[in-house]
Amino acid sequence: MHELAVCQGLMTQVEQIARRENAEQVTRILLSIGPLSGVEAQLLADAYPIAAAGTVAEGAQLEIEQLPIRVKCLTCSEETEATANRLLCGACGDYRTRLLSGDELLLMSLELERRQHA
Amino acid sequence: MCDTCGCNVTDGNRHLIEGDGKLARTESGSEAISVLQGLLSENDRTAAHNREHFDRHRVLAVNLMSSPGSGKTRLLEETITLLGDSLRIAVIEGDLETENDAQRIRDKGVAAVQITTGTACHLDAHMVHEALHALTLDDIDVLFIENVGNLVCPASFDLGQHRNVTLLSVTEGDDKPAKYPVMFRASDLMLISKSDLLGVLDDFVPEKAERHLRELASTASVHTLSARSGDGMQRWLDWLRSEHAAAQTRAVNGETLRPAIQPDGQRMHAHEPTRQHHHDGHHHGHD
Repeated sequence: MHELAVCQGLMTQVEQIARRENAEQVTRILLSIGPLSGVEAQLLADAYPIAAAGTVAEGAQLEIEQLPIRVKCLTCSEETEATANRLLCGACGDYRTRLLSGDELLLMSLELERRQHA
Repeated sequence: MCDTCGCNVTDGNRHLIEGDGKLARTESGSEAISVLQGLLSENDRTAAHNREHFDRHRVLAVNLMSSPGSGKTRLLEETITLLGDSLRIAVIEGDLETENDAQRIRDKGVAAVQITTGTACHLDAHMVHEALHALTLDDIDVLFIENVGNLVCPASFDLGQHRNVTLLSVTEGDDKPAKYPVMFRASDLMLISKSDLLGVLDDFVPEKAERHLRELASTASVHTLSARSGDGMQRWLDWLRSEHAAAQTRAVNGETLRPAIQPDGQRMHAHEPTRQHHHDGHHHGHD
């Protein structure tokens, strides 16, 4: 259960960006978390209100985008869907594949309200 | 920074910022800021810093991971004995509690720093950085970081290591790579440990374990060994010596190395040039 640690790292990043952008309130956070990232999206979502309490992002909507696992075969060049423990080429079955998506652990974007200049 | 040059737009996330993708759309009322940063970027920065320390002092750093009780400490004890004076070893031990493992390593005459994580299930780059302050890197050829026994969480945190080595003992299931794909996919070398027990176990087939690893698209080597009987230890020592030699060559060329499979955030920055901070002749400082 390392999702709280990941979430605290996220809040540090969000607060830095909010400061840089002179934001009063962060209203929405979009993450991309793949099944192969090692982070469980639901656990992160559960940890989020705890980590966000008292920060500029308290009450912000957390949206988590989950990309499918896709691989590109280094042998036949086909791009196919795969599963977390079976990353073989869906076309020829070769194990020499490159992951195209599915291991993301990214802060994609923030929506925020800027401070009004006096 | 990659936030601005756009090089961290990958095949996986490009659709989000193009056309009417989520990040291209600005919703009314508030302003959308595109970030595209790894969620562990703070950890990753410290990990990169650790890696620079290792490279500058020509230390090969190996992150040793497994479930609890698969024989990581026992492997290190035997490795230290067999290497003798040929490679200078130091160990960072990660456990929730106790100095026991560090003490076992010290009893072998080798420097060991114990990190007790309390309730944390993994080591992170900051903990390792703190531990490095207790070691003299110039006196070390190979630094082992024995991670907390756990097949889940340690895989997500870069520590600055050059290689990931994962142990799978024959008393566990040979389908562990299928059950814990994130961990085993990150392995540069899988060691099937406690092979001396294969004779009394009828349900562990090393070839099956390797097949499950291949199904993760892994090309990592698989060695079967027993620290107790000595079986397969020579091949492991040969791997260590060859990795250590490769680390020396990299140091001469000003290059570095990361484990083959990177969490997303690090992979995006894998093409960034190594910091050229030790090219002013041979630097052997004691920092």
